[in-house]
Amino acid sequence: MKRRTLLGGTIAVAAFGLVSSVEAQQPPIKIGMSMPQTGGLAGGGKPSLLGIEIWRDDVNAKGGILGRKVELVVYDDKSSAAETPAIYSKLIDVDKVDLLFAPYATVPTAPIMPMVKQRGLLLIGNFSFQVNSKVGHDMWFNNAPWGPPDSWAASFLDIGQKAGGKTMALLAADQEFAQNLAKTAREVATKRGMQVVFDQSYPPNTVEFSSIIRSLKAAKPDIVYVASYPPDSAGILRAVNEIGIGDNVKLFGGGMVGLQFGSVMENMGSLLNGVVNYNSWLPEKSMYFDGTKDFFDKYTKRAVEAKVDPLGYYLAPFGYASGQLVEQAIKAVGSLDQKAIAKYLRENTHKTIVGPIAFSADGERKETAVLQAQFRGVADKNMEQFRSSGKQVILFPENLKSGDLVTPFEAARK
Amino acid sequence: MDLLLDAVVIGVLLGCFYAAVSIGLSVSFGLLDVPHVAHPAFLVLAAYLVFFINEHYGIDPLVAGLIITPLFFVFGLAAYRLYYETFERRGSDAGVRGIAFFFGVAFIIEVLIILQFGVDQRSVTAAYIGKSWRIGDMRIPYRMLVAFGVAMALTLLLTLYLSKTYMGRAIRAVAQDQEALRLMGANPIRVKQWAFGIATAVLGLAGALLIIVAPIDPTLDRAYIGRTFCVVVMAGLGSMSGTLVAAVILGVAESIVLTMFGASWAPAIAFAMLLGVLAVRPQGLFGRRS
Amino acid sequence: MKRKGILFWIGAAVFLAATFLMTQVVGNQYPFFAGYVILQFIVLAVAWSILGGYAGYVNFGTSAFFGVGVYTAVFLAKAFGAPLLVQIATAAAIGALMGFALGLLTLRMQGIFFSIATIALTIIIETVITNWRFVGGAAGIQIERPPTTPPFDNYVQMLFFVQALLVVLAVAISRYIQNSWIGRGLQALRDDELAAECTGVPTLRLKLMACVISGALMCAAGAPAAMYLQFANPASAFDLNYSVSALAMSLIGGTAHWSGPIIGAILLSATQQLLTVTISSEVNVLLLGVMLVLFVVGAPEGIIGLVRKIFHSRNEGKE
Repeated sequence: MKRRTLLGGTIAVAAFGLVSSVEAQQPPIKIGMSMPQTGGLAGGGKPSLLGIEIWRDDVNAKGGILGRKVELVVYDDKSSAAETPAIYSKLIDVDKVDLLFAPYATVPTAPIMPMVKQRGLLLIGNFSFQVNSKVGHDMWFNNAPWGPPDSWAASFLDIGQKAGGKTMALLAADQEFAQNLAKTAREVATKRGMQVVFDQSYPPNTVEFSSIIRSLKAAKPDIVYVASYPPDSAGILRAVNEIGIGDNVKLFGGGMVGLQFGSVMENMGSLLNGVVNYNSWLPEKSMYFDGTKDFFDKYTKRAVEAKVDPLGYYLAPFGYASGQLVEQAIKAVGSLDQKAIAKYLRENTHKTIVGPIAFSADGERKETAVLQAQFRGVADKNMEQFRSSGKQVILFPENLKSGDLVTPFEAARK
Repeated sequence: MDLLLDAVVIGVLLGCFYAAVSIGLSVSFGLLDVPHVAHPAFLVLAAYLVFFINEHYGIDPLVAGLIITPLFFVFGLAAYRLYYETFERRGSDAGVRGIAFFFGVAFIIEVLIILQFGVDQRSVTAAYIGKSWRIGDMRIPYRMLVAFGVAMALTLLLTLYLSKTYMGRAIRAVAQDQEALRLMGANPIRVKQWAFGIATAVLGLAGALLIIVAPIDPTLDRAYIGRTFCVVVMAGLGSMSGTLVAAVILGVAESIVLTMFGASWAPAIAFAMLLGVLAVRPQGLFGRRS
Repeated sequence: MKRKGILFWIGAAVFLAATFLMTQVVGNQYPFFAGYVILQFIVLAVAWSILGGYAGYVNFGTSAFFGVGVYTAVFLAKAFGAPLLVQIATAAAIGALMGFALGLLTLRMQGIFFSIATIALTIIIETVITNWRFVGGAAGIQIERPPTTPPFDNYVQMLFFVQALLVVLAVAISRYIQNSWIGRGLQALRDDELAAECTGVPTLRLKLMACVISGALMCAAGAPAAMYLQFANPASAFDLNYSVSALAMSLIGGTAHWSGPIIGAILLSATQQLLTVTISSEVNVLLLGVMLVLFVVGAPEGIIGLVRKIFHSRNEGKE
C-alpha cells in the first residue's frame, strides 16, 4: 500500500511538476488511516480508499492545501478490531500525521474512539454506526449519511405505514451493525404501536435461508425489515424468490448491506426488483452535485485497474467527501490546528460531491441523508444497467425523491 | 406442523449439500488419516474456478465442475506427494505439523484467490438457481435439489468404487493395514496417492455446488473447517454412507433450530451434537475403529 | 542445572526491570501498543505449548480461552467496575476450570479427535456469548477503562507491564514443568500414552494439570485485551487467528524446549507488526501461510531444532 502511495505521489509530482521552489520546501500534509484491505470488510474498504485517493490526486493537481501537497499514510487493519490501536498509535506517535481518518466500518473504528478522545484529536469517521454515542468525543465527524440513530428505521417504517402496513417482521444478522439497526427498528416500532410479529437473529455463515423465510412467511407481516450482511443478503433474496413471502407483504428490505455493491447487484439481477433498501448515493438526477460526475468518471477508470467495485456508489464518493470536508476546513481556518478545524466543521455546512453536509453535536449528520430506494426493472447479469437512472427509485428523503412506492411487494417484483 | 415438515425437508436437502462438500474429506482424512484442514480452501478454490469458467464461457456450473475434476485429481496427486515427502516418508508422526502445514496451505490459497479474483462476493447463474418446485403448499428450491442429486451421486459412486474395484478395495485395505497391503505386493504409497487424488477430484463437483447453493468469498473456507470435520468425525472415519447420514442429521438439526427456536443458537446445536457423539462414541456413528 | 536456574531468574528480573524502566522513560506510545501485542502472543504460545508441545494434545481452542478471558474482564468491568488485577485473576480461575473440563475430554479423545472437540467447544462458547445481551451480545460493547494506578501515568504502559509480568509467570511455569517430573511424565505420555500408563505414570493427573495450567494462562492473557481495545465483540474475541497463531508460533520456534514458543512468538508477531505498518496488504496474510509451510517442511523441530542441529554438526566436525 505504502508503495502505491509513494508511486502515486511520484506520478503526481512528475505530472504536475514544476512546483515553485517555495512550495517544494513545504512538507506535505500527512493524513493517516487504517483501511480494511483483507478480511470481511475489504470489499468496502478498497473502494472507500480509492475515493480518498482520487481526492488526494485532485487536490494535489490543484497545488495542494495551503500550498502543501497531501500525502496519505494507509495501513491494512485486516478488518480486525485487534489491529487498529497499534496502527493508530503508529500513525500518531511515529508517523506524526497531521490528520486522522477512521477505517471503514464500526468494528475497526470502535477501539480508537477512546484513544483519539483522550488525546484530543480530530477524527473523520467512515460509515461506522453509533460509535461515538457512548464515547462522546467532540472532535468526531462521521462522513456517513446516517443522521440521528432512529431516522433510518423511521424512514423505512414511514413508507410502510403510508402503504397501510400495521405489523412488522424483523430479520437481522447476529453481528454488530445489523444488531444495532434491529435495535432501533424495535424501538421505533414500539413507539408507534406497531406489532412485531416475527423477530429473529440468524448466525453468521448461515448457508440456507429457506427455512427462516418459511417461518417468517407464516407470521404474515405487512412490513419486513431485514438487517443483513453481504453474503446473507443474496441468500435471503434468493430464498424469498424461491419460497415466496406472501401477498400481504407491502414493503420488504430496509437495512440489507451488500445490495449497494456492484458485483452483488449484478449477480442478484432481477431478484432485486421490488426490494426497498437503504443507500447512500444513487445515479438519480437529484443526486448530482458540483463535481459528482467528474468523480465517477475518474473512479470508473481507476476501479478496473484496482480490481474494486466497478460502480462504487456506496462508499467511494463519501471517501472523496471526507477529503473535501478537511480541505474546506483547513482552507477556512488557514492552519492545521485541529481544534479550529473541528470548530469550523461543527459550525458550518460543507459543500461536497454527495451534497451539503452539516453536523450535529454528536458528530453525526444533522439530518439523515440515508436514501430508501426501490429496485425497478432490473435485468439479470448486467452491471451497466445500474448506471442509468430509474433502476433504483428514491422514495426518501422528500427533497431527493424520484418516484413513488410500488406495492405490494409481490406486485413490485414483476 | 407444516413448518416442521418444511424444516425437515429443507434440512435433509441442506444435509445433502453438507455431505457433498464433506465427502472428499471423508476419504482424505477418514481413510488416509491426513489432517487435511486445507480441504475447505481447496473447495473454495474449486468454486472460484467454476465461477471463472461460467463467467467467461457461459458454461453451466455443474459442467464446469466436471471440467475441472481431472485438474483437481492431478492437483491432489501432487499435493499428496508433497505431503508424503515432507511427513510420512520421514516416518515421524505428522500430527501437529501436518495440521500446521495444511493451515499454511489454506492461507496461501486464500491470498492467491484474493489476488486473482479480488475480495468481492461471487456467484453464478444457471436455469435452476432462484426458482423452486411447488408441491402443495411447499416450495423447494431447485438448487437444493441439485445438491441432493450431486450428494447422492457422489456417495453412491464412491461407495461402489471403494467396494467393487480393485483400487477401491486397496484403498480401504491401506486404511486398515498398510503392511498387509505391502505383503500383497501393492505399493501403499501409490494407493494412498491415488486415493488422495480422488478425494481432491470430487471437489470439482462439490465446489460447483458450493457456488450454486450460495455466493462465495475468498475467506469462506474458514466457515467450513468446523462443518466438514464435524460431519466426517460424526460419521465415523471413512464411511461414505455414514457421511451422508451424519450430514443429513446436521442439516436437519440446523434447519429445525433455525425455524422453530432461536436462529442464533443454530451453530451451538450442531457442535454440541458433535461433542456428544465424540464423548459417547469416539469412533463416530458408523466408525471403522473400535 | 542450579546455575542455569539462577541465570534464568536474573534474566527474568532484568527483563522486568527493563520493561518497567521503559514505561517510565519512553514517551512515545507506539512501542507499548505494538509490544503489548507481541507479549500477549508470547503468553499464548507458551501456554499452548504446555499442552500442545509437552503433552502432544493439539488444542485448537486457544481463541475460546482467549475470548473467555476477554469476556470475563468485560463482565467484571461492567457489573462491578472491578480493577485489572481482579479481572486477570478471575479470568485465570475460570480458565483453569475450563482447562479442567478440557482435561476430562482427553479421557475419551486423543489425537485429531481432541483437536476437533476443541473447535466444537470454541464455537459453542462463542455462540453463548453472542446470545448474552448483558455483555453486548453480537453488537459488541465499548468499555471504559478504570483510572490508571501509580506509578504508571498511562494505561497502555500499565497493560504492557502487566502483560510482561504474565510472560515471566508463563515462562517460569513452562520452564519448571519441563525440568521437573511433570515434564518427563508428559513427554512419556506424548510418546506412548498406553505405555506410560502401564509403567505407572499418572497420565490423567498429568493431563489435567497441563490443561488447567495452559487454560488459566490463556484466559489470563485474554483478560487485559478488553482494556487494551476498550471494545469487545464475539467475532474479534474468538478470532480463529489466535488459535492458528499460538500453534504456528510454537511450531516455528520448536516445542522441544521452553524457549521455543517464545522465539516463535517474537519472530512471528514482530514480523506481523512490522509488515502491518510497512507493506501492509495481502502479503501480510501470505506471510503466515508461507512461514508455516516453510518451517514445517524445512525445519520440522522449529528454530530450536535447527540450532541444535547446527551445533551438533559443528561438534561432530571438530571431533
